Amino acid sequence: MLLQYIAIAILIFLSTALAGLVIVLGELFGPRVKTNVKSMPYESGMTPIGPGTRRMPVRFYLIAMLFILFDIEIIFLLPWAVVFRKLGVFGLVEMLIFILILLVGYLYAWKKGALEWE
Amino acid sequence: MTNLVLFLVLAVVAVVTALGMLLSRNAVYAALFLVLNFATVAVFYILLEAPFIAMTQVTVYAGAIMVLFLFVIMLLGAERLPGTEPLPWQRPLAIFLALVLAVEAGYLLFARRAAGGMFASAAPDFGSPQAIGTMLFNRYLLPFEVTSVLLLVAMVGAIVLTKKEKGGRE
Amino acid sequence: MTQADLYTLLPLIVLVIWACALLLVDLLIPRGRKGITAFLAALGLALTLGLTLAQVSAAGTAFQGMVVLDGFARFVNALLALTGLLGVGLAYGYVRRMGIERGEYYTLLLFSVAGMMLMAQAADLIVVFLALELLSIPLYILAAFARPKETSEEAGLKYFLLGAFATGFVVYGIALTFGATGTTSLSGIIAAASNGDAGLLLTIGAALILVGFGFKVAVVPFHMWTPDVYQGAPSAVTAFMAAGAKIAGFAALLRVFGLAFSSLSADLTAILWTLSALTMIVGNILAIAQTNIKRLLAYSSIAHAGYILMAFVPFGNAEVLPVSVAAGVFYLVAYTLTNFGAWAVVIALEKAEGRGLDLDDYAGLGRKYPALAAAMTVFMLSLTGVPPTLGLVGKFYLFRAVIAGGFYGLAVIGVLTSLISAYYYLRVVVIMYMREGEPERVSEPWLNLTWAASALAVVLISLVPAPLFAWASQAVFALF
Repeated sequence: MLLQYIAIAILIFLSTALAGLVIVLGELFGPRVKTNVKSMPYESGMTPIGPGTRRMPVRFYLIAMLFILFDIEIIFLLPWAVVFRKLGVFGLVEMLIFILILLVGYLYAWKKGALEWE
Repeated sequence: MTNLVLFLVLAVVAVVTALGMLLSRNAVYAALFLVLNFATVAVFYILLEAPFIAMTQVTVYAGAIMVLFLFVIMLLGAERLPGTEPLPWQRPLAIFLALVLAVEAGYLLFARRAAGGMFASAAPDFGSPQAIGTMLFNRYLLPFEVTSVLLLVAMVGAIVLTKKEKGGRE
Repeated sequence: MTQADLYTLLPLIVLVIWACALLLVDLLIPRGRKGITAFLAALGLALTLGLTLAQVSAAGTAFQGMVVLDGFARFVNALLALTGLLGVGLAYGYVRRMGIERGEYYTLLLFSVAGMMLMAQAADLIVVFLALELLSIPLYILAAFARPKETSEEAGLKYFLLGAFATGFVVYGIALTFGATGTTSLSGIIAAASNGDAGLLLTIGAALILVGFGFKVAVVPFHMWTPDVYQGAPSAVTAFMAAGAKIAGFAALLRVFGLAFSSLSADLTAILWTLSALTMIVGNILAIAQTNIKRLLAYSSIAHAGYILMAFVPFGNAEVLPVSVAAGVFYLVAYTLTNFGAWAVVIALEKAEGRGLDLDDYAGLGRKYPALAAAMTVFMLSLTGVPPTLGLVGKFYLFRAVIAGGFYGLAVIGVLTSLISAYYYLRVVVIMYMREGEPERVSEPWLNLTWAASALAVVLISLVPAPLFAWASQAVFALF
């Protein structure tokens, strides 16, 4: 039963291993000279002022919100995709209506400039 | 046997990441621990033969919701938690409730299990993406379509409430 | 999906398509000409109203038992379409004057009406939940529509947080109900409950759903959010929200409690009795202290939720419940008309930056604008329940039904709290006629039409209420 997930397991393993490898290689071969000045955050050459963290604009939130909404759409697409043939034309029409309604939202977001970065 | 080993390893990871989330003083680290925890829980779902929920867990929770969490943490500028507790009664209450939960779970596992099987095992196809698809696109057709309208409204709301109405641009 | 399925939901489907199209069409309408959007929204609602009235042959359930079309659904849908029309009419001039004119206002209003109509037709708890969300989410957004005005943002946030909390209760209740009966279908719940194998779990589930609905229709002790939200939201939104959410909440209560949970009457009658009595008492007493007209109307709306809840107290009494529910439906019509009329007057006197909302601002209205003051008097009398207004007739039918069910105490509380309410409603009238002042009103055709037509309807229908009550009864009796 679990064997069908072996491909995913290998993928997870490989990607983790690759990420780890890159970090280890960098640590091993990269030249490292630690000074106080070097570990300072880079701010165009001047000395940083104030705390390093600051409030992010609400734009990020809007992007995340749109991401969630389309993500949920994907969740609905998955069970449809696996029984797509069994459902026939009827299932296709159902999904088309679903996607059309969300397409309205997409067009709206696009026209409103919600997908642009100011 | 394999399942048991897998479960034990994952259980340790899940508990450690949950503790890591609770104990980090940096909210961003806490959120990252939570991502790891969600991913572990997703594997639990696969072990329990609920692949659709596992998929949802990864895509929606570990993916989208956590992105939103991170943005909100940064939006509020609350990466560093204050050292003091804002709600002093919260900790004892949480410990008490956790104890209640542990006792109940223990009772279910040890006392009820002796009296016979606790869970009726589900049909092999139960909860598979195919079964869910068949249900969703036949019996639950209308709720499915209403969901899309709901998503549309949420999208409009997010844009209306965050986007400035600009004078010259349309 | 068959033609019968489509027929059952036809007005709703048309409304949703119309709203989607309007969302896109609005993008092409230049700023400053959003009146076109308002007109198109009104056209869509009028079309929906027409289609609803044309659905004469009741088709029963559709979409695999998810929704139902019956006389009650038709009646409520027609009332909801009317509510939407009045909501657009009130908003048309108001949003422009307040500088918050955006096309989305009307689109969101249409979606909210769609959610309310879905609620009226729901035959499954999943649909009840989705309808609840579809009607609420646009309202949260509309409440915050006057952003970055702080009171409006606060209203939106408060409404959203508490609304989401309430939805959580509903979902939990639905889950427990499903656990107890193995189904979410309302007719399935009736069957499972009559087998007697549901027990405590079903009762807890029902109680949790009741808490969630209680939040939505602002029943004491779940009313805390109402004054702040009603005051902070733009007045046109509040008017729509007060009427629409009550109608949809009533429909949900009837579908879920009046029908599906009727086997639980032994447990729930006392709870409903207490909620209804508390709501009438607390709402009316707290209203006395208000000096802001929006807050006053908010508490008045809470109090009226109590009166409307009365309709469900004879729960489980198969003889009386249909009559009392019919009375409740009639009361909803009376409340909707009166509510919109009163808010139209409030909007006519409201200035930018939230001025013109104190009761003192109504001083001298009787001398300067006799017609407007007369209309406001009618609405205040109707909210109190004094002849010759629809409010009195509604209360009469309600109290009569409750007494027929043997709930004398509740009827007495209803009468006594109405007497209390006379104090603060009539104070508005006294201020309008007895005090000197220089009020400034706004005169816009749609606004004037709303208050004038509402006032006329409130008086005229009260003179011959029998046909409307007969229609309401006919709509309700078929359910039982």
